[in-house]
Amino acid sequence: MAALTREETEALIQEVLEVYPEAAKKDRAKHLAVNDPTLEKSNKCITSNRKSLPGVMTVRGCAYAGSKGVVWGPIKDMIHISHGPVGCGQYSRAGRRNYYVGTTGVNAFGTMNFTSDFQEKDIVFGGDKKLAKIMLEIEELFPLNKGISIQSECPIGLIGDDIEAVAKKASKAIDKPVVPVRCEGFRGVSQSLGHHIANDAIRDWVLENRDGDESFPTTPYDVAVIGDYNIGGDAWSSRTLLEEMGLRVVAQWSGDGTIAEMEKTPKVKLNLIHCYRSMNYIARHMEEKYKIPWIEYNFFGPTKIAESLRKIAALFDETIQAGAERVIERYKAEYEAVIAKYKPRLQGKRVMLYVGGLRPRHVIGAYEDLGMEVVGTGYEFGHNDDYDRTIKEMGNATLIYDDVTGYEFEEFVKRVKPDLIGSGIKEKYIFQKMGIPFRQMHSWDYSGPYHGYDGFAIFARDMDMTLNNPCWKQVQVPWKKADNDPIAVAASA
Amino acid sequence: MPSVMLKKNAEGKLIFYVPKKDLEEIAETVEFDSPELWGGEVLLSDGSKYYFEPQAQPDFPVTLRAKRLDSGEE
Repeated sequence: MAALTREETEALIQEVLEVYPEAAKKDRAKHLAVNDPTLEKSNKCITSNRKSLPGVMTVRGCAYAGSKGVVWGPIKDMIHISHGPVGCGQYSRAGRRNYYVGTTGVNAFGTMNFTSDFQEKDIVFGGDKKLAKIMLEIEELFPLNKGISIQSECPIGLIGDDIEAVAKKASKAIDKPVVPVRCEGFRGVSQSLGHHIANDAIRDWVLENRDGDESFPTTPYDVAVIGDYNIGGDAWSSRTLLEEMGLRVVAQWSGDGTIAEMEKTPKVKLNLIHCYRSMNYIARHMEEKYKIPWIEYNFFGPTKIAESLRKIAALFDETIQAGAERVIERYKAEYEAVIAKYKPRLQGKRVMLYVGGLRPRHVIGAYEDLGMEVVGTGYEFGHNDDYDRTIKEMGNATLIYDDVTGYEFEEFVKRVKPDLIGSGIKEKYIFQKMGIPFRQMHSWDYSGPYHGYDGFAIFARDMDMTLNNPCWKQVQVPWKKADNDPIAVAASA
Repeated sequence: MPSVMLKKNAEGKLIFYVPKKDLEEIAETVEFDSPELWGGEVLLSDGSKYYFEPQAQPDFPVTLRAKRLDSGEE
């Protein structure tokens, strides 16, 4: 199907909005837009980071999800207590596939669930005593932990427990960092505020721990990888590229990361930000306090990787710049072979995305490297600075949707008829049942890594495997197939 | 009185960032812009205007309190 024109796309948005009551229609209209890459600022066309309307289906998470699930959770050598009822921690346990090296339960705790399992009596009488006891128990059972973080669930804020006081006391008792995080789920409109709260907790409780301690030997090539959560091994395939070009990666935030790495980050020369949405706060703080510059980079697809490697290298001396060229040259044969193999199979296919964080804009380049086109994109919880960066990446007259509702997304898909959808688990089965190939782009559909040159090969294979899977031809019942004459079908029965 | 994070970009222009509002703009003009005296009215590229107490030029990046004069929207 040919691409929609600007007028058609605008008409489509109007048509979709038609079913809403007046007030809801007015509100939702601000979140849907037709892209105009000539715009400098997204606030002219789209509103974001606003409360979802009651009654519509949103796929947003909560502040606890943003803090425990995204920022803190992957720090492998700390124990993150889901403080409150058991469900929040248990149902989100290990779902994000933040890979790590270590022995789970001994010196790494990423996939385990620690919770204070609140009961009625804890709500009535407060949970501080229980929390203090849990931390001593943790210390006894898991002595190799390097610290504890307390991730508040909703009731903690509601009953007004003083987790900061408990944390300070526990920190003295066990002589390790104990970080209270006020990420109660009801705060804010989405997981985005949870990221911010988590960043602030790192700023207040972790970052200063080694101020004035110069015992860590530094080099002029020290960098920190920030906002890479090592989903399916993403941070590893990014890190190798940076190390090959001659940089020293001191810290990984926070995929396969440790608290020691975080404490050492203020000693680096440059912060590299992959997920801008969840970690820009801490990067800005470090820039102000420690004068560490930061840049955003994108390791999806060879075009963007080469661009990013050169951009990073430009901030260092010639040896690193030569290193970047060497890395690009070294992998050239490899990624050209990937493109040669998959581009003919994927050329011209159209993709719609709806993800969170950085992917709605970062993966566009990788699809384009394979000859595919992204015709619609949107963020669950992006802010306007995300959309500022997105409108330049997207084609003219493509759809942009913020916090899209289940209904809107389905209607858009019915009309735009993309060849592939990349979104989350809540959308997956709806679209698969509609007969549209789908990739789960939050956790790479149990595949990955997708970052770096190694990741690109896997990305291309996965897209081909999904899109060109013969099963999609079998989804439609025979009598509804367009090429079948209904009378002939009836006659053959 | 929003808190504003100020930094210089690669071209030496002042970048104006208000975290609460996701506002990231380049400052077009700064009323007083010398090492001894810095501040006054700052005009952003989106047309909005902010005011900083004139002071000795701070060491960028820095977070300062600003007064909002004009939102730039008609």
